[in-house]
Amino acid sequence: MSQSASHYFVPQPSHWPIFGSIALLLMANGTVLWMNQIPSGKWMLAGGFFVLLTMLFGWFANVIRESEEGAYGKNVDISFRWAMGWFIFSEIMFFAAFFGALFYIRVLSVPDLAEGLSGEFLYPDFTSAWPSAGPGFKEEFSKMGAWGLPAINTALLLASGVTLTWAHHALIKNNRLHLNIGLALTILLGFIFLLLQVEEYAHAYTDYNLKLTTGGYGSTFFLLTGFHGFHVTLGAVMLCVILARTLKGHFTPEHHFGFEGVAWYWHFVDVVWLLLFVLVYWL
Amino acid sequence: MAHDHAIGHDDHEHHAPPSGIMRWITTTNHKDIGSMYLWFSFIMFLVGGAMALVIRAELFQPGLQVVSPDFFNQMITLHALIMVFGAIMPAFVGFSNWMIPLQIGASDMAFARMNNWSFWILPVASGLLVLSMFVPGGAAGTGWTLYPPLSIQMGMGMDLAIFGIHLLGMSSIMGAINIITTILNMRAPGMTLMKMPMFCWTWLITAFLLIASMPVLAGAVTMLLTDRHFGTTFFNAAGGGDPVLFQHIFWFFGHPEVYIIALPAFGVISQVIPAFSRKPLFGYASMVYAIAAIAVISFFVWAHHMYITGIPLTGQLYFMYATMVIAIPTGVKVFNWVATMWKGSLSFETPMLFSLGFLFLFTLGGFSGLVLSITAVDILLQETYYVIAHFHYVMVAGAVFSAYAGAYYWLPKWTGYMYDEFLGKVHFWLTLIFFNMTFFVQHFLGLAGMPRRVPDYALQFTEFNMISTIGAFGLGISQLLFLYIVLKARKGGVKATTQVWDGAEGLEWTVPSPAPYHTFETPPVFEGGKH
Amino acid sequence: MKRFVGTAGAVALGLLAYTASAWAGYQLNLDVPVTEAGRRAYDLHNMITLVCLVIFVVVFGVLAYSLVMHRKSKGHKAADFHEHLGIEIAWTIIPTIILVLIAIPSTKALIDLKDTSESEITIKVTGYQWKWGYDYLKGEGEGIKFLSVLSTPKDQIHNKAEKSADYMMAVDNPMVVPVNTKVRILATANDVIHAWAVPAFAVKQDAIPGFIRDTWFKADAEGMYVGQCSELCGKDHGYMPINVKVVSAAEYTAWVAEQKKKAASNVDDPNKVWTLEESMARGEKVYANACASCHQANGKGVPGAFPALDGSKMAKVAAQKGKHIDIVLHGKAGTAMGAFGGQLSDTEIAAVVTYERNAWGNKTGDIIQPAEVKAARK
Ligand code: HEA
Ligand code: HEA
Ligand code: HEC
Ligand code: CUA
Ligand SMILES: [Cu+2]
Repeated sequence: MSQSASHYFVPQPSHWPIFGSIALLLMANGTVLWMNQIPSGKWMLAGGFFVLLTMLFGWFANVIRESEEGAYGKNVDISFRWAMGWFIFSEIMFFAAFFGALFYIRVLSVPDLAEGLSGEFLYPDFTSAWPSAGPGFKEEFSKMGAWGLPAINTALLLASGVTLTWAHHALIKNNRLHLNIGLALTILLGFIFLLLQVEEYAHAYTDYNLKLTTGGYGSTFFLLTGFHGFHVTLGAVMLCVILARTLKGHFTPEHHFGFEGVAWYWHFVDVVWLLLFVLVYWL
Repeated sequence: MAHDHAIGHDDHEHHAPPSGIMRWITTTNHKDIGSMYLWFSFIMFLVGGAMALVIRAELFQPGLQVVSPDFFNQMITLHALIMVFGAIMPAFVGFSNWMIPLQIGASDMAFARMNNWSFWILPVASGLLVLSMFVPGGAAGTGWTLYPPLSIQMGMGMDLAIFGIHLLGMSSIMGAINIITTILNMRAPGMTLMKMPMFCWTWLITAFLLIASMPVLAGAVTMLLTDRHFGTTFFNAAGGGDPVLFQHIFWFFGHPEVYIIALPAFGVISQVIPAFSRKPLFGYASMVYAIAAIAVISFFVWAHHMYITGIPLTGQLYFMYATMVIAIPTGVKVFNWVATMWKGSLSFETPMLFSLGFLFLFTLGGFSGLVLSITAVDILLQETYYVIAHFHYVMVAGAVFSAYAGAYYWLPKWTGYMYDEFLGKVHFWLTLIFFNMTFFVQHFLGLAGMPRRVPDYALQFTEFNMISTIGAFGLGISQLLFLYIVLKARKGGVKATTQVWDGAEGLEWTVPSPAPYHTFETPPVFEGGKH
Repeated sequence: MKRFVGTAGAVALGLLAYTASAWAGYQLNLDVPVTEAGRRAYDLHNMITLVCLVIFVVVFGVLAYSLVMHRKSKGHKAADFHEHLGIEIAWTIIPTIILVLIAIPSTKALIDLKDTSESEITIKVTGYQWKWGYDYLKGEGEGIKFLSVLSTPKDQIHNKAEKSADYMMAVDNPMVVPVNTKVRILATANDVIHAWAVPAFAVKQDAIPGFIRDTWFKADAEGMYVGQCSELCGKDHGYMPINVKVVSAAEYTAWVAEQKKKAASNVDDPNKVWTLEESMARGEKVYANACASCHQANGKGVPGAFPALDGSKMAKVAAQKGKHIDIVLHGKAGTAMGAFGGQLSDTEIAAVVTYERNAWGNKTGDIIQPAEVKAARK
């Protein structure tokens, strides 16, 4: 319920949204051309990306300025919370589609292709065992085990959750030093995670013969971990922005939704990783 | 009702909005953005409708006359995508933008700048869809359901469609977050959730549906994209995947999607019927529970679109029962509307006529849905024109009629002038007659076995197809009348009062007509609500 | 508001009268199926439609009363009730009961439809873009195998000839089954999803590439039953009808014998060496049957969708011969160009490749022999 007597902040007309739309137009067209072997696509994509970055800088600069000027009252703060929460929910649903695909391929389609009606008539030699790359895949490959790099990565991400919470507490207690250290540590852990993830992909391709094209296993493995990695990257970039802002002295113990929003996001990425660890690597 | 409040008075400075085209490009005003959504959606309705006319023209007679089979398939795909994502959804987002802040007494949407972006992504996304017709190989000829492996075979038009869908999804999610936040956080003091106008309730829940289902569609088309270009095998048996997997994911989105279309339509109807019955909405609380129930159940019925894929018996039974259950809350809504009119003081201005048309025809469409939900019967009817008839009854006679009801109902508030009541009624009757002429006969076509998505048919289907085509052209031409009525009402005419309709209730009727550029900058105190 | 009711009624009656008078005898309901399970589904449909109709009449009867009696123009004053727990519960419970009553026979009918056990004949049905393949796997007729293609001439489709009564619905080789015999259908596809549907049997089953899904029917009346592919499968989706001929047991036995004989006489000698003329003549037929729907009879293709073979590098340059055979045998993944290795024999593939390399402007003079195709298969 909104109760405040103060006005709700309504921004002035802004040209950033249309920049965003133009960026999306260029990027979408560019990607399509590029995927269809038309070389100019790359440049269009790059151009679009550049416009997108410009827009993000400009837009967020606006938001940060407004925030620091105190334009955002209590009510706007609540709005941000709702919005961030629902945004994260939409991300959960996006991942749910891929987890659903993993479940389906593993529990329904591969067994059917091996033992079901389809197996009986079409693939008499195919047996079902996970990981599987399907009846049409003839090469050898191996599964990505859970207890090497992935376990280390789990520890890293869990630790980063702790350091981030530490930083948050420091912010509330107005201990700026601990805040900065906590944030920096979190970012560091995030980047190490990403490095190890790259390392793991290299292993997969060179040592395990596990590729994006390795049937259902390869597809689900790389898309799930890939999208997760992409989200970690985004989260890390956002944390860097937050760190830059805390170094500049932004945020107060009472008013720091920018920090919290990113922290929620980071925890969300964490939880997705735990699911990945259990469902993709371990079981 | 509401307090007297200062309208147009404001104590922090407003720069004069930029003028000319830049006003519309940069605006953060919910009314401007609402208008843009509405205009955009109507244009898209004409474009999608023109495509429908291409389809109907080809189907006027057996044999190939107008287009090639390839282009025919592209037309059905684009017709559906443009109507669903470009016309109907934006229409109701337009209503929500205009009316939700006015109904809950907020000064604007929660995130006004993002609101602008949500809109301006739409022309880009629709542009990609339309552009896809002109690339080598043409647009996706897969139907709007984009089933692989057919969609894997398509040319680059398919990629444009995929990215178009990604962008439409982004736009919808941002819009939905905005609406949810606005409703949850910006209501005027005194307006509890259970006192909110029903239109806001339907949008609150629709926004939830959007946020929960659009990302799933994004995931599905992303997998299509990687299957097409990067060698993944989500939908390919050779790699252990399954084309049917796509259908599961698509319909996990697709079924809630049809309620994304239907719920705001219910919301508009729930505003209009009480106004012209001069009697409060019957069963407010049960209406809210019914919407919530529909929304929740809609996530658990998706495979009723897949009865013939060969899902196991237990699955078919489960999905049949779950689907049938939706008839119960929907029935509650229908009964509530009827009870609202019961012993009212009814009058029949155009919005009311469209609402009655809605009620009548939507229920018919719901019944054909119920027939389809029975698996053993659906096996006879799936992929026939019976399905086409079913969903045009719920989407055209449902959503489009409701959008017209809303448009006529609020038009005086938007333009400040009354529309031409006589022409409005003519528009209604023409639409009603031609609509039924177009789609009622399609039930018979479906029962007799005419498949959907075909450019040609056996001779026995000729007569009904001719009727349907004539109806479609009549329906199309009648819609141009609406355009004329709106343009006329914008130009002038009888000045609208603040209250406009004597039976209408809600904060939107406390601001002058036309609604000033800025409203409720100081929240009104809401004391009313008969519930 | 008499006008409202009056007009609506007049319109409805008008429409009804219009349709009924002008096209009396036109089909307004499902075909009555010729299978037990199908008739059950048919009855179910009638029953549910009737239930819906009754509810419709009751609800809108009440509404109509209200629309007539409670009009403002008649001076009716609005009452002020807006809630009534009892009635709200009632109209939740009553539909629930109705639905349960509908669900019971629906469940029974469905269980019947899904029971594929104890079938006497098993036929594998394969959907191709755009034809059907039938493989008799078990029971009388085992081993019979043929393709079934639309037989309506192109001229009729393009309105250059009078349309015959079975326009778009006739095929060259119908599937034949004996009457009163439980037939199990195993549906699959070669390229994209198709659906094998015969309304008279209450059968509609997706044919999914890489998977087998089954269904069954037991027809109890002889005759020719038609259906159409019921899942959008590309350009000629509208032109892949299904014909099933249900015959007496004796006729079936005779048909089986005839098919066996035909099959035996049709076997090409894989070691035969073909001359250019022979191969071209054979190839032209194969081409017209299998390839012309996409690449067109004149070899020009459809720009943007299907490449021209006339003048195509692959079909003209000698060094590309291997590639040419390969693409016909194995298709090209991710495009509409399917693998024809499973549909066409070595001889046929050899012939069609020969044809493509010598027809139109392609004058390579290459003659491909079946042995060459056989070697390329592995
Ligand atoms: C606005 C959109 C909308 C709405 C609201 C609905 C509502 C319903 N739909 Fe529909 N449907 C579509 C849009 C919609 N549908 C679309 C677009 C498709 C096709 C997609 C494609 O393939 O391209 C489709 C397809 C579709 C199918 C698949 C058909 C097929 O492909 O074979 C089925 C099957 O179960 C179905 C069922 C239902 C049911 C049971 C409802 C119920 O919600 C209806 C409930 C309402 C009532 C029943 C009437 C009022 C109730 C009473 C008066 C109470 C008393 C009634 C009883 C006790 C019976 N729909
Ligand atoms: C809400 C969505 C919506 C709406 C509003 C409509 C509206 C209409 N639809 Fe459509 N339709 C779908 C959603 C919708 N449809 C979907 C989802 C499918 C399934 C596709 C698939 O199979 O994948 C479908 C499929 C579909 C088919 C089946 C195609 C096939 O399976 O082969 C047909 C055929 O009759 C049809 C007809 C119509 C008609 C006549 C209208 C009419 O109501 C339209 C009336 C409006 C007009 C005719 C516009 C008038 C404009 C002018 C006259 C001026 C033109 C000028 C300019 C453009 C400047 N639709
Ligand atoms: C369903 C449509 C379809 C049918 C039927 C079809 N083709 Fe194709 N064919 C294609 C498409 C699409 C391509 C282009 C593939 C690509 O993108 O490279 C193609 C490519 C080819 C090519 C390569 C042309 C080139 O220049 O690269 C040859 C040769 C060919 N087809 C021969 C045949 C033969 C022989 C048959 C019949 C036995 C046949 N096709 C049937 C759709 C079809
Ligand atoms: Cu085969 Cu449609
Ligand atoms: Cu549905």
